[in-house]
Amino acid sequence: MPAKQVGGIEYTKVAEIKGPLLILDGVTQAAYDELVEIESPGGEQRLGKVLEIGGGRAVVQVFEGTTGLSTIGTKARFLGKPMEIAVSSELLGRVFDGLGRPLDNLPEPVGEDFRDVNGLPINPERRDYPTDFIQTGVSVIDGMNTLVRGQKLPIFSGAGMPHNLLAAQVARQATVLGEQAEFAVVFAAVGVQHTESRFFRRALEETGAIKRSALFLNLADDPAIERITTPRVALTAAEYLAFELGMHVLVIITDLTNYAEALREISAAREEVPGRKGYPGYLYTDLASIYERAGRIKGEKGSITQMPILSMPSDDITHPIPDLTGYITEGQIVLGRDLFRKEVYPPVNVLSSLSRLMKDGVGKGKTRDDHMEVSNQLYAGFARSQELRALAEIVGKSGLTGTDLKYLDFGERFERQFLNQGYEENRTLEDTLSIAWDILSVLPENELTKIREEYIHKYSKPSSGGSGGSS
Amino acid sequence: MPAKGKIVWISGPAVKASGMGEAKMYETVEVGEERLVGEIIRLTGDVAFVQVYESTSGLKPGEPVYGTGLPLSVSLGPGMIGKIYDGMQRPLDEIAKKSGAFITRGISMPSISYDAKWHFKPTVKKKDVVQAGSILGTVNETPLIEHRIMVPPDSPGGEVVEIRDEGDYTVEEVIATVKKDSKKQDLKMYHRWPVRKARPYAERFDPELPLVTGQRVIDTLFPIVKGGTAAIPGGFGTGKTVTLHQIAAWADAKVVLHVGCGERGNEMTEVLIKFPELKDPASGLPLMDRTILVANTSNMPVAAREASIYTGVTMAEYYRDMGYDVVLVADSTSRWAEALREISGRLEEMPAEEGYPSYLASRLAEFYERAGRVRTLGTPERIGSVTLIGAVSPSGADFTEPVTTHTSRFIKTFWGLETRLAYSRHYPAINWITSYSGYADSVKKWWGDTVGKNWDRERGYVYTILQREDVLKEIVRLLGPEALPDEEKLILDVARMIKEGFLQQSAYDEVDSYCSPQKQYKLLSLYADFHREAMNALKSGVALSQIRAMPIIAKLIRSKFAVPNEKLELLEELGKDMVEGFRKMSAQEVKVVAS
Repeated sequence: MPAKQVGGIEYTKVAEIKGPLLILDGVTQAAYDELVEIESPGGEQRLGKVLEIGGGRAVVQVFEGTTGLSTIGTKARFLGKPMEIAVSSELLGRVFDGLGRPLDNLPEPVGEDFRDVNGLPINPERRDYPTDFIQTGVSVIDGMNTLVRGQKLPIFSGAGMPHNLLAAQVARQATVLGEQAEFAVVFAAVGVQHTESRFFRRALEETGAIKRSALFLNLADDPAIERITTPRVALTAAEYLAFELGMHVLVIITDLTNYAEALREISAAREEVPGRKGYPGYLYTDLASIYERAGRIKGEKGSITQMPILSMPSDDITHPIPDLTGYITEGQIVLGRDLFRKEVYPPVNVLSSLSRLMKDGVGKGKTRDDHMEVSNQLYAGFARSQELRALAEIVGKSGLTGTDLKYLDFGERFERQFLNQGYEENRTLEDTLSIAWDILSVLPENELTKIREEYIHKYSKPSSGGSGGSS
Repeated sequence: MPAKGKIVWISGPAVKASGMGEAKMYETVEVGEERLVGEIIRLTGDVAFVQVYESTSGLKPGEPVYGTGLPLSVSLGPGMIGKIYDGMQRPLDEIAKKSGAFITRGISMPSISYDAKWHFKPTVKKKDVVQAGSILGTVNETPLIEHRIMVPPDSPGGEVVEIRDEGDYTVEEVIATVKKDSKKQDLKMYHRWPVRKARPYAERFDPELPLVTGQRVIDTLFPIVKGGTAAIPGGFGTGKTVTLHQIAAWADAKVVLHVGCGERGNEMTEVLIKFPELKDPASGLPLMDRTILVANTSNMPVAAREASIYTGVTMAEYYRDMGYDVVLVADSTSRWAEALREISGRLEEMPAEEGYPSYLASRLAEFYERAGRVRTLGTPERIGSVTLIGAVSPSGADFTEPVTTHTSRFIKTFWGLETRLAYSRHYPAINWITSYSGYADSVKKWWGDTVGKNWDRERGYVYTILQREDVLKEIVRLLGPEALPDEEKLILDVARMIKEGFLQQSAYDEVDSYCSPQKQYKLLSLYADFHREAMNALKSGVALSQIRAMPIIAKLIRSKFAVPNEKLELLEELGKDMVEGFRKMSAQEVKVVAS
């Protein structure tokens, strides 16, 4: 729903077209980042924006791609403002394309305001620190990688793994304990397949959440360059819902890898000096301009919680896209191929997963006093069991001590009982912690050094792993 | 006469302006009708290449560019402590008052309040002779910081011909007049200083005093000194920021500069919310009373990120000049290097490794050389220091990338964070094999004199156990633990205890967050004693499995959070119980043998 434009200055002198770029000469009146309306010789309308301007030459990035444009007969109208979308409460319940134009055959929503899709940086002085625990009903998230309101917590996935299932489960089950607040879901599909986008739509419809959702869809067969704008359009809508209308907004963006690839395409067409793997040197800054639009603001009721999804090329977490994302977001939920093969759902590789804001969202008065220490003990125990599992493969189980064997048992139970759960299974935090104590009871008490003794006495369950003590 | 030109080209934060023949390199300019702040980074003929510190969206060719004739500078005077600034030293709280929760452009704002009154107490009188750097009087800036008003370092000084009486003044009022060779100079409570120029000092010392951070693995194994330099590289999630927050919170410095350079907004918010609640261990006053924040988060304009590091270090040097120990933590220098790379790319400079400019190394060297412990200029004589600690965020956690490799050439303490340790929640994830400190020898004396005379010996003892474990681990990986003799298995056991009970430290546990040097030393000795006792027990025939089953082990490991800093006698008791436990086991062995 970019505002309809009348007027603007029109230029027709096309110097060059390459990749997604249209280069115009003789441009006397244009601003950096300005929105451009392009008319192909066939009369088709497209949108673009100015990437570089100077010496009468303007480099314009065409969102819908340059296919069908020619150096003669293409018209470009400079609209004198950056790209904007109309925002209002009417966005909810609607479906838009990747640039914010309706896809559901309904008229354009009436805008209460027009907002630049690039947004503005939140003043760190005015941010409010996120501390409200969100119960997702997923043990591995609630128990060990807690999500809090206003956090940006991505899912790092790989081809074929159930990241969509997990994100949909979180969207469906997420609640803040003891509160009935206005919530909304903003979903941005960035270059994903039709089936994936339909899955999300159905998941939202089944729970009735669709009425409180705004969907922005750039699908795999939509123009690639449009993808640069889709997350920004979605976040501009989310900011309005959160900070003007006071809603708690969960933003799901999938898949950021497609976004970064579109960015690389433009960078290559501009012949910029590449950073790692051909991605532009400013990929970090650019990704930050998306992720940092999550958060809370002092004195405002609403919040933006982001759950971006990205697929790691060849499951490689050191690839620039997950790598730079991990440096910006407040943790990550990493899906692991091994667990996926074992048919564990959700196949979360806990050791490489992390929630940076967990520490302030859990504990006495928020969740339960032993929560953090239990989580630490689960981590330490599972890490140890993984070490021993590798060792047992070389030297055999006979080379291990009694305590070591208990760790192996613990590791198995952790995967089967704690990690594994159903897509429809909504566990309370009490359930999650109770399972945690169950499986911890396999270990001798002497090994629970991350938990203070008073909590062990308060919560520990009678050992289910036979008599304690090490041999 | 400052230059006035007009914009001819725009691409992101880079702008070219023509008609700038009068302009100088690194001069600050005002760009466009909105007068956005920028800085000249290249001059070709009369065309100036400007990096703009604010978003250039909507800027047009043809708009004016005004030179200011001045380099990028900061205002230095009372009122900076407790503030949060952006990369150009604009106060973010004042900006919020003007533009709300989101930062808009073209806001110009004094860095320190021109209206606030400060209670000034003169310490010189008429006819006194002062030099550059001399103290004229003091102001209580916060309950923790006595702000010393100094003659600016570039002033010729001279005889005091006018000095105001004790009273309340704004920073804009003249508080003293000095005269040299019949030339008079009016002095105020603040002055300006260009950020890219190191502030001068009289003499540089070799650092020898440790900067105690209360973090065991740092203070005991890889110490940093007052006036030293350190880098903390690590992949994402390894805990760089948490470690830096811990240093900022607990370091025994007088003033702390926290520079958030291209990092998360919420991290700065966290400091803003927590530091007023945390108490300085020395004085019991809120930590915010000694802290200045410089925040240029990742989504704020990239060129200002480049400047933020210099803005921070210049403020740090200013408090050093008062005779204080200052520590600056920069999170993260990699984002600063990326800002350099981005601007360099727009300038179409020939790139060196991974697209970084060839001057990356020299810029890093320049920055870290601004650390040091010095005798300051002027009277009375005083010693101050700036300690620089920079986080490095290597892409893919690969320490061979350019920012990490170049940085390690210019720093003396290297805290290498390891992803594998972080995965098993071993925090701080400082790898004790790859990390090093060039100051371990220099601080030996301080620890021996003030904390415990055997510090060096016990440190060496424990460090050796950890190093031996690293070698033995390889054997275990191939052959399993049963292939080792009991003495070596014991090394593995004790190393595991040291890792859990000493090296790991929880930043979020009330007790464990800060570990006093005395407690560090006591814990260190306990683990060394445990190993010595256990060795003796093994020799007298006690089985390893008996040692492993000792209930004291869990107590020992928990003592880091179970024993508060002010109840160290509990550790003494623990030590006695431990020795007693070993005695009993050995005595039984003797009996068995004898019977």
